[in-house]
Amino acid sequence: MIKTIASLELPVGEHLAIRRNRICYQKETGALGRIALVSGTHGDELEGQYICYEVARRIGEHPECLTGIVDIYPALNPLGIDLANRTLPTTGMDMNRMFPGSKDGNAMEQIAAAVVDDLVGADLCIDIHASDIFVQEIPQVRLSEEFAQRMLPFAKLMNVDMIWMNATATVHEATLAHSLNLLGVPTMVVELGQGNSINMVYGNQVVDGIFNVMHEMGLWTGETVPTQLPAISSDGKVEFIRSETEGIFLARSQHNHFVCVGELIGEVVDPMTGEVRSRITAGKDGLLFTLRNYPVVYEGDLLARILTDID
Amino acid sequence: MHIQEIYTVHSVYREDMKIRGYLFGHGEKSACIVGSLRGNEIQQMYICSQLIRALKELEANGCISAGKQIQVIPVVNSYGINVGRHFFGVDNGDLNRAFPGNAYGEQGRRIAHALLENVGNYIYGIQFASFYMDGEFVPHVRMMETGYQNTSLANLFGLPYVVVHKPAPIDTSTLNYNWQDEMTAAFSLYTNRNQEIDEQSARQAVAAVLRFLKRMGIIRYESHSGYISHVLYEQDLSDVHAGAAGIFRGLVKAGDDVRYGRVMAEILDPQEGTVRETILAPTDGIVFFAHTRALIHQGDTVYRLVHRLHE
Repeated sequence: MIKTIASLELPVGEHLAIRRNRICYQKETGALGRIALVSGTHGDELEGQYICYEVARRIGEHPECLTGIVDIYPALNPLGIDLANRTLPTTGMDMNRMFPGSKDGNAMEQIAAAVVDDLVGADLCIDIHASDIFVQEIPQVRLSEEFAQRMLPFAKLMNVDMIWMNATATVHEATLAHSLNLLGVPTMVVELGQGNSINMVYGNQVVDGIFNVMHEMGLWTGETVPTQLPAISSDGKVEFIRSETEGIFLARSQHNHFVCVGELIGEVVDPMTGEVRSRITAGKDGLLFTLRNYPVVYEGDLLARILTDID
Repeated sequence: MHIQEIYTVHSVYREDMKIRGYLFGHGEKSACIVGSLRGNEIQQMYICSQLIRALKELEANGCISAGKQIQVIPVVNSYGINVGRHFFGVDNGDLNRAFPGNAYGEQGRRIAHALLENVGNYIYGIQFASFYMDGEFVPHVRMMETGYQNTSLANLFGLPYVVVHKPAPIDTSTLNYNWQDEMTAAFSLYTNRNQEIDEQSARQAVAAVLRFLKRMGIIRYESHSGYISHVLYEQDLSDVHAGAAGIFRGLVKAGDDVRYGRVMAEILDPQEGTVRETILAPTDGIVFFAHTRALIHQGDTVYRLVHRLHE
């Protein structure tokens, strides 16, 4: 059943509406377990659109296997998605820095509060993000250290390549995940692919993981696929490679493969002179789990990340 | 006066972005004033330019106190200003959400780090800031309630109001918050404009800073005593929200004294011109903030009132 959980009028004949699809085939819902899939907080992250679709499609194929509630929120920032705009188009603010919101605040704070209000009571929430438009990422779960021990058993079932603890801002204060965890809703952030596109191979991998989790929670009796063992990392095991200069980055390595010390990852070149300004090589052996796609770089821009100390 | 280059951003396609500090006097780092961190903060840049002009004259007349040094940084995000973008770089990052920054991070964080390194050891820090909502404010000094705030000092600017704001998680990455963390007595000054220049409030802001510098013994200057500021806590402001969306017709402005039940604004149907909502004052008070854009969304903050305060 599709329900509008928050709606605000826009100036000319339109509403900003946040909608949720509740999939449940039981009449009595009071004692049922509930999982929530949330996506589209950043309008340029579209990987979650496929994942939401595929989860709903697979459940629709075998409704008899669903023994609980699945709530799907594909688009928390629908105007942003419509415009391929990461932030909220009207204010330029990052929606994932506005949680838990405020019922007495301005329009978007009210929306954020309504979203949180609707999610409270879920037994688990999975907040699906893609990378931004600049770098591509392997499927991974990101956990803040504060909630890592509680979330790790769920994260291991997600069929991702990597679990990154205490990672980037996606798990920090004022995010949806952090706010929900504080409110007692176990929440993990999934990140995969890259901005403004959909990688269905990665998407299917994560969807398999979501059904594993649902099976473990007793919400799904249908078939699941064996879960792969993810690499588990703290920040200390991640090697960040940033550009030393401005220029055009040309990747000379493949994303998602093991690199050895000294291996060429890419070059930063000058299109005017034909000069190579900087050669970027791996400082350690490891998995190249992040690789820059967007060519124009400033000094300090992220080019790659390597997960080290893994077998 | 002499000029120092605080940080330089190199780009493949643009000339360097140089962040410059204008220094007056010699000795103890007494006061630092920062202008435009966002590309739409034109009034903030203008105020700093007028301050530099005034300080040049004072210095030429020997009116900077011995052993005191003042720095003014009128513009940080000139790349944004030159292309009409609020935020910095291709990833559109808000520099006033990048503090304390990181010397080895992406460009926005490097800028924040370099800026904080430079300004962090001043005794007094003054930022001409802007609010995330578009609109008009009564000129005021805003301080975050970090435990280090000192409203008595803020009174010395002689502006009508001092507002104490309890920081939300999102505020912890602002310059003001991190400045206070560096033990600088930090103040944010708000005038009634951002993108347009308002000469009257700009003059008031320049006078307020000069008055403060004089009262702290940093300059010798004869000035009007200004206001005895009214100190208020942000949570005590009465917010008035729009119940409908449409064209906004404001009937009162920032600084007006309103009485309970007075018509403050109308929201019109954008196509038929009829009044969709009449907004009445919920209390007696002074209009502290007023929405000024032609369009309004349902739920937007239309006015903020200082409850039961009269002119």
